[in-house]
Amino acid sequence: MSHRKGLEVSLGISEAIKACDVDVISAYPITPQTHIVEKLSEIVAEGELDAEFIMVESEHSAMAACCGAAAAGARTFTSTASQGLQLMSEIVYIASSMRLPIVMAVANRSLSGPLSIWGDHLDVMANRDSGWIKYFVENGQAAHDHMFMAYRVAENPKVLLPVMVNLDGFQLTHVIEPIELIEAEELGDFIPPFIPQIQLNPLEPVTMGPAGTPAMFTEGKKAQEAALRDSRPVIDEAWEEFGKRFGRNYKAVETYYTDDAEVIILGMGGLTGTAKSAVRSMRADGRKVGMINLRLFRPFPDEDLHKVLSGVKVVAVCDRAMSYGGPGGPVASELKTSFYGHPDAPYIASFILGLAGRDVRTGDFEHVARRAEELADIGDPAPYELIGLRE
Amino acid sequence: MDLNVYAARMLPEAEYFAPGHRACLGCGHGISVRLVMKALGPRTIVSNATGCLEIVSSTYPQTAWKVPWIHVAFETAASVASGVEAGVKVLQRKGRYPEKERVTVLAIAGDGGTADIGMQGLSGALERAHDFIYVCLDNEAYMNTGIQRSSSTPYGSWTTTSPSGAKSIGQKTWKKNMPAIAAAHGIPYVATATPAYPFDMVEKLRKAKEVEGPAYVHVFSPCPTGWRLDPSMTVQIARLAVQTAAFPLYEIEDGRMKVTVKPSKLRPLVEYFKPQRRFSHLSEKDVKAIQKRVRAEYKKLLAREKEGF
Repeated sequence: MSHRKGLEVSLGISEAIKACDVDVISAYPITPQTHIVEKLSEIVAEGELDAEFIMVESEHSAMAACCGAAAAGARTFTSTASQGLQLMSEIVYIASSMRLPIVMAVANRSLSGPLSIWGDHLDVMANRDSGWIKYFVENGQAAHDHMFMAYRVAENPKVLLPVMVNLDGFQLTHVIEPIELIEAEELGDFIPPFIPQIQLNPLEPVTMGPAGTPAMFTEGKKAQEAALRDSRPVIDEAWEEFGKRFGRNYKAVETYYTDDAEVIILGMGGLTGTAKSAVRSMRADGRKVGMINLRLFRPFPDEDLHKVLSGVKVVAVCDRAMSYGGPGGPVASELKTSFYGHPDAPYIASFILGLAGRDVRTGDFEHVARRAEELADIGDPAPYELIGLRE
Repeated sequence: MDLNVYAARMLPEAEYFAPGHRACLGCGHGISVRLVMKALGPRTIVSNATGCLEIVSSTYPQTAWKVPWIHVAFETAASVASGVEAGVKVLQRKGRYPEKERVTVLAIAGDGGTADIGMQGLSGALERAHDFIYVCLDNEAYMNTGIQRSSSTPYGSWTTTSPSGAKSIGQKTWKKNMPAIAAAHGIPYVATATPAYPFDMVEKLRKAKEVEGPAYVHVFSPCPTGWRLDPSMTVQIARLAVQTAAFPLYEIEDGRMKVTVKPSKLRPLVEYFKPQRRFSHLSEKDVKAIQKRVRAEYKKLLAREKEGF
């Protein structure tokens, strides 16, 4: 039976990987991801999971080894963060173009320089167009649960794409939370055995990852993009089935007090927990404020967002990443693009906060909600506003 | 002639690297890979780095490969091979891999993909002792991108990024000793080979296949295009490289050095240099100086063999 216990979120991820009966793990240590792979090393060393653990000499090799193992037909896992994700970035793009269903937990951390080990979303946003399915989780339970979701979706023959589960470095990875662990025997057929469609196997030789001429490249990219878009029904179906079996319900766009809201705060990951508290206290003051937790970043859930946000006065998008010289925070600019030309588009205000682990408090969200309304009235003085900046 | 001597060394008729690929006239890679694959056989999975071989053999929708083959990136031949090896191993253990017999994993890359950009990944894979063979096809420069120098380009050679000129002899550094670096990892088998000595090469690859753990084979693979050489001279120039000691053939088995081809008398280096226009700017004095170093290096190999380590 499922049992709830107090557990560091990183270890909750390792336990999920064990339950998923992963075949090959390939990883390189980087803060704040280390506890995930330390625990997995221990699990493999104790014989609790029959897997090959390749402790590679860099993240670049970690992803390359995952590609080789997945191409051989193995269920693969890796985990990284920050500079590690940047170093492996070349291969991150290749993994999705080769349609290899690798699962990776990213303990989101800032990018140098200056060097910072603390959390934000700069790392994942630098990999925005890498063609992976991208979840953002908000707490330890969601982190644990989404490892199962990730394999079910990635290995579905209609999808065959790698999946990235993003969780905030330190603010999630290193906190102890009550987590209801799903054990292998409870998993049943929620994750069917991985049956590769194409496999490196001497009995049926294939050529994988060939060179592509201009005559073929565009068609290949179209097929890849279509696969990512078409993964959405499978992603939804996985959440639905998970809800039925395990009683926890997830969706791409989680709403909180949005029905009559005039101002909606939108964020991804752990900060949405703090935003919820802020919404509750603003509601107590009679302010019509709601919140959206955007759990799926790729494929981008346009329609779901349109459904909730059409006709709403103001959306305050809270990004934990910057786009230097660009049109605002990355999520804000995507939302603006998504709503461009839409007759009932809300006013979209871009706020950037929580860079490199800078504290984000309920008061910050109260400020964001107020300021977003002001901006809607006075118009944009700047592409974005930084919250908590010392002048 | 006693045919029995050769019978044991006969190669299978089967081809695993098919003709019709896009390699240049006289390309050493085509000859080398054909031999490598004949030696290793059909139960081989190839992890190929980006480079000449990958481009000429895989361009979609055609392929020259009759064995399973994967290409990921330039610097990843060894790291992808690590993953393939681990994947096959665990799936065989769990009874979920279609092939039940031992599978050979071959990583193959050029000198740039080995001695430069792929060095870290290769070192990691050797150190982790994956059961695989790494073949470096050394044509002594980045030929696929248009003859740029690598750390494996020999001293004095012209390339487009080590041009000879009023103030330049060409390549200013001595060829990186990749086999020695591989051997320093303490792996069970290291060898040099060249298709000019096909029996020697095939025997070395068969040994590499038998060995448990990593094996590294450094193949001298002439590039007529980049070396400014008559394409009919590929094999001849490779033989001259061995006979002048510019590229000696040896193996290091469990740490023991053996020079496998020993010319009774070394030929003058100029015989090897002369047909190649990449060396045509060198003066007689330059060639003498290079020959001195080349022979000193060869003597070190012989001495090491004699000392038995």
